[in-house]
Amino acid sequence: MSETWTHLDALEAESIYILREVAAQFRNPVLLYSIGKDSSCLVHLARKAFYPGPIPFPLLHVDTGYKFKEMLQFRDEFTKSIGARLIVHRNEEAIAEGAHPLKLGVARCCGKLKTAALLQALEHYGFDAAIGGARRDEERSRAKERVFSFRDAFGQWDPRSQRAELWNLYNGEIAEGESMRVFPLSNWTERDVWQYIRREKIPIVPLYYARERQVVFRGGNWIPIDSPADVQKGEDPVTRWVRFRTLGCMPCTGAVLSTATTIDDIVVEAGAATRSERETRVIDHGANTMEDKKREGYF
Amino acid sequence: MSVGLLRFLTAGSVDDGKSTLIGRLLVDARGAFEDQVSAAQRDNERRGGKGIDFALLTDGLKAEREQGITIDVAYRYFSTEKRKFIIADAPGHEQYTRNMATGASTADLALILVDARQGLVTQSRRHAFIAHLLGIRHVVVVVNKMDLVSYSQERYEEICREFQVFFRRLDPIDLRFIPISALLGDMVVQRGPNLAWYEGPTLMETLETIEVDRREASDLRFPIQSVNRPPTRELTDFRGYMGRIASGRVRVGQPVVVLPAGLHTEVTRIITFDGDLPCAVAGQSVMLTLAGDLDAGRGDLIAGIENAPAPRRAFQATVCWMSPRPMKTGTKYLLRHTTRRVRALVAELHYRIDPNTLEKQTGVSELRQNDIARVSIKTLQPIVCDAYRDNRETGGFILIDEANDTAAAGFIEPLPPSDWQPVVHEEVKDTPTWVGRDI
Repeated sequence: MSETWTHLDALEAESIYILREVAAQFRNPVLLYSIGKDSSCLVHLARKAFYPGPIPFPLLHVDTGYKFKEMLQFRDEFTKSIGARLIVHRNEEAIAEGAHPLKLGVARCCGKLKTAALLQALEHYGFDAAIGGARRDEERSRAKERVFSFRDAFGQWDPRSQRAELWNLYNGEIAEGESMRVFPLSNWTERDVWQYIRREKIPIVPLYYARERQVVFRGGNWIPIDSPADVQKGEDPVTRWVRFRTLGCMPCTGAVLSTATTIDDIVVEAGAATRSERETRVIDHGANTMEDKKREGYF
Repeated sequence: MSVGLLRFLTAGSVDDGKSTLIGRLLVDARGAFEDQVSAAQRDNERRGGKGIDFALLTDGLKAEREQGITIDVAYRYFSTEKRKFIIADAPGHEQYTRNMATGASTADLALILVDARQGLVTQSRRHAFIAHLLGIRHVVVVVNKMDLVSYSQERYEEICREFQVFFRRLDPIDLRFIPISALLGDMVVQRGPNLAWYEGPTLMETLETIEVDRREASDLRFPIQSVNRPPTRELTDFRGYMGRIASGRVRVGQPVVVLPAGLHTEVTRIITFDGDLPCAVAGQSVMLTLAGDLDAGRGDLIAGIENAPAPRRAFQATVCWMSPRPMKTGTKYLLRHTTRRVRALVAELHYRIDPNTLEKQTGVSELRQNDIARVSIKTLQPIVCDAYRDNRETGGFILIDEANDTAAAGFIEPLPPSDWQPVVHEEVKDTPTWVGRDI
């Protein structure tokens, strides 16, 4: 083994192997592209895996209608620049009904705009494998997930009867209507992702970099304010130096106080972090846990 | 893989304190975040406990937290100044032995926990035996709950002797012992004040400094994952063979053989996104191009000319049965070996191995979940393999049943010599000849 072979090389080689297994074992795979840093890594790895050919599957973005403007702009520019095929799917019915976390509660809102929307899209396009950027270090139920994670015909996960997964022999056998979720970044940590983004110079949404932003302090999180309508009664918007460690929907994604304006700053900050990145995600903290959401079909 | 990365497995019986130990390692090495620790603390207080119960930090599923047992393998990540660690935390409960094998299949080292009061129990023997089956060459026996036996050196040494006697019957490995109290932290990360008679390294020191013997096989094995034929005009005649080097090294200009067809050719390029390479080694995911117009695809193996393995349709293997549906001889399965997928059946059941006594039980008519046995396997199409003890990547396989479930993990036993010879093709554009039927 050469002196320069690092843990990032090992993780990269493993992820590329997994992505190629998906392309080889499934008829109609799709890469779930959430525009965040993990997705950016995943797309980059897919480009590497199939070079000099194109990525042999489309990217799917499930748009809730509450994504940051910067995210959508980045999505369109980035996918165009690499020549990827992008599918955007929205649960138009729920959006037309005015689904909002403050109206429906976070769990129900996520259920309609994300989980139901995702299952709709998978069914509509007949995807038999969906590749996601989830990592095992993110959350304790994700720590239990296989790399090839089986879903029944209803898109549901049964954590108690997962297939044994030995070595790198991934069992992708499924029956009609069933599908697989595949997680090539399973063994990466947040730190690995940032170090890899720095090493590979992978473009990311500018929201990850700190600058002065309008925020309110709500439920223990710094929530961004884009328009006066985002402010609730009794709240006082303030300007703070903040950035986002993870990106989700605007009403449910908290920012962290930070002055990290470069990728080097972010790598240092991720290395010194004492609190998990999911802490800023409101969806993780209700009575409806990540495990419940995953069972229902959430990523 | 890299010196900086250690993948290890933790195994122990129910109530050996495994979750406590992992929680302790994570918290003391800052592998757990403050908000995760306080969430675990809240969960514990909600059910009337005090302080933090480390198990609530690692048991990710509701059923696990409710029943207080670990059901499935959890993977945990932490790093120190010296190393990055991936822990496969395997459940101790007997019915979940299959998950321990899952965790062990990617581990370099196994931590086997025992309760100092109980000593060596059936589960410890089973864990040791599975770790051995999966080819783990470093085993650290962690004697936990030393605080409950008054930190007795005599008791500790008694347990060490029991294990040494058991391991003497398996292939020699690097076997180490450490007395600890996971609850109080003695000899985990800190030495603590209570085990002054123990002069060896702490658990963390051991994990940080142990040099992993991967005894990597040196012969080139490159299972083809798929063929890259980009649908673009400028690359019309391009055929790239994608894969991850399972063992050995490959260089441009190297003569190789494509198996099982037995086609001789030469590596013309090693392609990566970051540019062509002159050579590549085990672990790397690359794309190879070969001289000539070959009929090669997913499931074929590119090997060096020296020590090229013979294609086989029959071999002996040890299997660990994982499915709740029993195995009877003659039942058909799908066999996955490297990137190859063939029809197979278990032709003969030679004996079952009692993991407790290592006794061979003959006259067995079926295998049940968690049974370990020596069998003969026949496949419809040939596979190109090595013995598991020589090559973990090309010596392991899984059997998939009709319900698409992974029913068994298999370890190919040393293979008898074969008179098979690859045929040198002067004109590689010819239709490949299928030669050398297996023995």
